[in-house]
Amino acid sequence: MRRINLRAVGLAAAALGLVVAAGCQANTNEGGGGEQADYCGKKVGFFGALTGENAAIVIPSRDGAKLAFKEYNEANPDCQLEMVEFDTQGDPDQAATFAQQVVSDQDFLGVIGGAFSGETHGTIPVYQGGGVPMISPSATRVDLSGRPGITVFHRVVGHDGTQSAAIAKFLQDEGATKVFLVDDGSAYGAGLTAELAKRLDEGDPQIPYVTDKIQEEQTIFDATVAKIQAEQPDYIFYGGYPREAAPLFRQIRSAGITAQLLGADGLYDPQLASITEGAAEGAIITCPCLPAEEAAGTFAEDFEAEYGTPPGSYGAEGYDAAKVFIDVISAGASTREEVLAGIKAYDKQGASKHIKFDAGGDVDPSVVVVWSYEVTSDGLEPLKPLGVQ
Amino acid sequence: MSNLIDHIGQYTVDGVSKGAIYALVALGYTLVYGVLRLINFAHSEVFMVGTFAVVVTYSLLDVQQYPALVVAIPTALLGLVVAGLASGGVALLVERSAYLPLRRKNAPPLIFLITAIGISLVLIEVFGLVLPRVLGGVLPEIFGRERAASLSVPYLFERRPVVTIAGTTIDTIHVIVLVSAIVMMIGLDVFINRTRYGRGVRAVAQNPQTAALMGVNQDRVIMLIFVLGGVMAGAAALLWTIRIGNTQSAIGFVIGLKAFTAAVLGGIGNLRGALLGGILLGVVEVYAAAVTSSAWEDVFAFIVLVVVLMFRPTGLLGESLGRARA
Repeated sequence: MRRINLRAVGLAAAALGLVVAAGCQANTNEGGGGEQADYCGKKVGFFGALTGENAAIVIPSRDGAKLAFKEYNEANPDCQLEMVEFDTQGDPDQAATFAQQVVSDQDFLGVIGGAFSGETHGTIPVYQGGGVPMISPSATRVDLSGRPGITVFHRVVGHDGTQSAAIAKFLQDEGATKVFLVDDGSAYGAGLTAELAKRLDEGDPQIPYVTDKIQEEQTIFDATVAKIQAEQPDYIFYGGYPREAAPLFRQIRSAGITAQLLGADGLYDPQLASITEGAAEGAIITCPCLPAEEAAGTFAEDFEAEYGTPPGSYGAEGYDAAKVFIDVISAGASTREEVLAGIKAYDKQGASKHIKFDAGGDVDPSVVVVWSYEVTSDGLEPLKPLGVQ
Repeated sequence: MSNLIDHIGQYTVDGVSKGAIYALVALGYTLVYGVLRLINFAHSEVFMVGTFAVVVTYSLLDVQQYPALVVAIPTALLGLVVAGLASGGVALLVERSAYLPLRRKNAPPLIFLITAIGISLVLIEVFGLVLPRVLGGVLPEIFGRERAASLSVPYLFERRPVVTIAGTTIDTIHVIVLVSAIVMMIGLDVFINRTRYGRGVRAVAQNPQTAALMGVNQDRVIMLIFVLGGVMAGAAALLWTIRIGNTQSAIGFVIGLKAFTAAVLGGIGNLRGALLGGILLGVVEVYAAAVTSSAWEDVFAFIVLVVVLMFRPTGLLGESLGRARA
């Protein structure tokens, strides 16, 4: 009898001890700072695909954000702010796991992310539940912003409504006679391509198009290539990321198809020509992101000085997203609610554009400029801004 | 639908040449099942190893895209030899190290299946994770990234039309893939049906104990079928690089599944069934993709499989490696 009691008590004590330890663990990050302002030592998360086939599109925005934090921390050695990176590989499930971690750690005052629309879509409800403000530098799917009941989501990038309108106008100006639209079924790719199809329908003149869908991680595109050969379009638009675009473009070109290849910001990878063994050369990519030279202030020079290369896709946007958090927090916001209020009231010129968020979380569409770039063996050459209005 | 009818010839040619590659890989499944009643799930990775052998060889030789024909043909033949050796070697290695000990202990079939799946995973991760860590510095283009989603292989042959019949263009790649696949399959068929070793294979497939009594070394026969299946997969790997031009460590999974489906469709254990099943599967996939969209091709392939098995469970041509004729 006594033995059983002792064992039971021992187990209960051990269990209790574990629970207390776990609870303490979550709060040990408290340490350090807090001598001066409440916000010192607080953290902002960055989440996106930092490794894997699609990382090339995200790394510049991570580097831009890191630069902003570095500048702030160097100017304020007594009161540091930390950016914590989470590598989601663009996977919505992975992102949701990290989101839970961030929400439960009260030191996180906000996140810069997600980089891709799919992972952003999956994590908005999680962050909303924890009241964690989000600023995305590159998620462009239209319905991410303006959702009823969602207050935490913002983005410093234009959305696919603007981008698809610009692409449609480009096709009209070029006199396209038939467009082949193929997408990868992802939140970003399918969304953008559907928007583009809508614009082509509404356009004047209306441009006929044919659609096809492929799967993520698909590598054989026989069926798509056969369809293209049968339809004989003069423009082929792919909505998706480099991981599928690389083998797709190669197979299209090796089948002898000479139509103009088009892509959007998901394909903004300076290595696109080399990962496709030259098949993507001459392709045109659009992006609601500026070429390095067009960024305001000294951002481009500072970025190049820090990293040795000019800022790539969304580098300026990543910097701006980080700057919004830094400005708001260092002005005295030390809780998530205060940070959120500060973001809503933010009104300042950033490196990429004038940053002011509307009720839905978007920046003013009139300050968004979609640029077209040409894929060359040396990287992406800016062509011209595609005006919409 | 009208799109399909208008260009049915073209889609059929594409489907047949795609299916020929499935058929070559299916031969490996069918041979092993016919003799051992074992579904060798590791066979898909044998195919993957073959593609990597080709990629590494071409990289070491610095092969350029679309070289002159006098360079392209020997390079392709070299690729065939390398892939055949690599795939056959890995297949034999898997048999000796994984299945032989299980056979010695008379393990139940389920254990073989679990082992096969395990070997498959091990091989995927060796090529996706271990080799990049070990060889990342030596061969950065191939092993520089872990679990690279797509490694491109230079195309050796340009696609140029060879003959056009009633709007259907048959190009150089179609011809190369089809002719090579058919030659390899005829070679295998002749081997199984006309040679002494082939007779041994058929004997062991019919009845292992009696074959042993007749003086057939069962162990040797089993090694032989694994190597044969591996070599066929190696040939498929080379044709894959010629046609599709890329590979990755996880490529075996989808191809293996489709090839296994093709083997079952044609009659598992039946060599000619593997050929028929492969080609039929390739054609069905392309037709389905033409009518709906490329994302649905797998769905239709499996629907066909399920329907055929419902009405003819032994597959289209029936199991027959173990029967008198094969």
